[in-house]
Amino acid sequence: MPRWLRLIWSSATGRFGLIAVVLIALIALVSLFWTPFNPLEADVRGRWAAPSWPHLLGTDGTGRDILSLIMAGARTTVFVSVGAGVVATIVGIALAALGALTFRWMRETIAVLVDILIAFPVLIIAMMISSVWGGSLWVVIWAVGIGFGVNIARVTRPELRRVQQSDFVLAGRASGLTASQNLMRHLLPNVAPVFIVQLSWSMAVAVLAEAGLSYLGFGASITEPSWGILLSDLQRYISIHPLSVIWPGLAITITVLGLNLLGDSLREATDPTLQHRRAEVHTPAVVA
Amino acid sequence: MSLVVQDLIVEIDGRRVIDGVSFEVPDGARLGLIGESGSGKSVTALAILGLLPDGATANGSIRWDGTELIGMPDRELARFRGDDIGIVFQEPRTALNPIRTVGRQISESVRIHTGIGKREARQRAIEEAARVHLPDPETIVDKYPHQLSGGQRQRVAIAMALACRPRLLIADEPTTALDVTIQAEVLSLLLSLVEEHGMSLMFITHDLAVLAQVATYGVVLEDGRVIEHAPVSTLLTAPASPITQGLLRDATATLWRPEGGDA
Repeated sequence: MPRWLRLIWSSATGRFGLIAVVLIALIALVSLFWTPFNPLEADVRGRWAAPSWPHLLGTDGTGRDILSLIMAGARTTVFVSVGAGVVATIVGIALAALGALTFRWMRETIAVLVDILIAFPVLIIAMMISSVWGGSLWVVIWAVGIGFGVNIARVTRPELRRVQQSDFVLAGRASGLTASQNLMRHLLPNVAPVFIVQLSWSMAVAVLAEAGLSYLGFGASITEPSWGILLSDLQRYISIHPLSVIWPGLAITITVLGLNLLGDSLREATDPTLQHRRAEVHTPAVVA
Repeated sequence: MSLVVQDLIVEIDGRRVIDGVSFEVPDGARLGLIGESGSGKSVTALAILGLLPDGATANGSIRWDGTELIGMPDRELARFRGDDIGIVFQEPRTALNPIRTVGRQISESVRIHTGIGKREARQRAIEEAARVHLPDPETIVDKYPHQLSGGQRQRVAIAMALACRPRLLIADEPTTALDVTIQAEVLSLLLSLVEEHGMSLMFITHDLAVLAQVATYGVVLEDGRVIEHAPVSTLLTAPASPITQGLLRDATATLWRPEGGDA
C-alpha cells in the first residue's frame, strides 16, 4: 500500500471519505452494465411502492425503480464531478501560475481578472453558456469548472507567490534546476495541500450544482437519470411519500461528505508537518 | 577557476542597489564581503548566480573562469549553478523544502548535473550527510526538515551546496540565524570542507569577528559601493573608513566585553 493511501486509511474520516467515493464510482460503473430494473421504464400499476422486494428503495410516481434511478444517476454525478474537477484544475492552475509566476503587468492583470470573474455566480455562467449551446450536462461541467477554477486560482495564487519567494525555491534554482523543473519539484508540490482541499470542495459542490442546475433545466435532460432531477421530482410529494425523497438526498449527502473528507485527509497526507504533529507523542527529539 | 566581478551595476525597479562593485576571487582564495544590512551583499551573490528577483537588471561584467555570466541565457547558467558555484543561505528554517526528505534535497544537484539514479542518489546523500557530521546519516536522509534542529538544517544546506564539489562556495551569512555555540561548529565545519577540497570561498557577513575567522581578504560594501578592500588583518588593525571602524567597534564589543561591567 503506498504511503499516502496508508495515511488516509489511518484516520476514520479519511477511511469514510475513501470508501464513499470509491463506492459511488463503483456503483456508476456497475450501472453501465446492470441495474435491477430499467431506470426509465414506467409501471403505472406499481406506483409509489414502499421499499420492499423487488423494489428495494420503492418506486416513484410513475412506477420507476428508485434504486435503479439512483444507480444510473451516480453515472451523471461522477461524470459531472470529475469533468468539473478537470476543468477547475486546468482553469485554476493556469490562472494561479500566470498570476503568480510571470512578469508584473501580467500578474496584476490576472489578479484583476480573477476578481472580476469571481463576481459572476456559477448560475449566471451556466445561463450564459446554455443560452448559446442549450442545456446539457456539459453546461454544468463548464459552468462549475470555470466558476470554481477561478475560486481555486484566487486561493492558490497568493500561496504560490508566497512559496515562490521562499529560500528553498531559490536554493532549488541555485542547485541548477531550470525554472520549469523548479516549478514541478518545489513550487507545485508545496501548494498541493491548499489546492487539494479546494478541488475536493469544488467537486463536491459540482454534485450539488448539477442537482440545482438540472432542477432549473440547465443541466441533465429529463431522459438522463440524475439525482437532482429525481430529488426535485420526488420533493413535490414529500408530504404524501416522505420516505422516497430520502434516497436521492442521502446519495447526494454521502457523496458530498465523502469528497470533502477525502480531500481533507489527502491534504494531511501530502503535508509531512501535519503527520508529525500527530506522531509527536512518540517521536524522540533529536539534538544537534 | 577564478571569479572576476567588474563594475557590477544592479538596478531593482529603476533603483540602483549595486553601483560599480569590482572584486576578484582567485582560485582557492577566501574572500569576505562585509557590510551593514542593505549594503548590497546578498544582491551581489544573487547577481553572480543570475538569480536576481524579477524587475532587477545587472550590468557590468561577471566572469567565471573567463566566461561572461551576465547576459547568458538562464538554461546555460543553470549548468554552472550547483555544479561550479554552490551557495548556502542565511536562514536554515526556510532554505529547505518542507515536504521533501532531507536526502532528496542533498542529492538534488548531483541528480541534476550527473543524472544518477534514485538508489545511487540516496547512497550519495548518506555519504554527504556523513561528511557534514549529521548524526545517524542512514536514517536522517529519510527525515523531513521540520524534524531537524536549526544547526542540523544548516548542515543539510551546506551538504546541498557542496554535493557536486563546486569550485566556489558562496556563504550568505550562514551562521547569523544560529545560536553562538552552533555558529562556531558550523563555521569550523565550513572551513574544513573548503580547505579539504581546495575550493574558493566567498563569505558574506555583517560581523567582522566572524570574517576574521574565515576570510583572508575583505571587501567592505556600503550603499552598493566598495568603500574599502584590504587583507582582513589590515581591516582589523587599521580600518581606513568610518564604516569599517564602526563594524570593528561592534565586533570588539561582542568579543571583549569590559570586565566588571554589568551584564
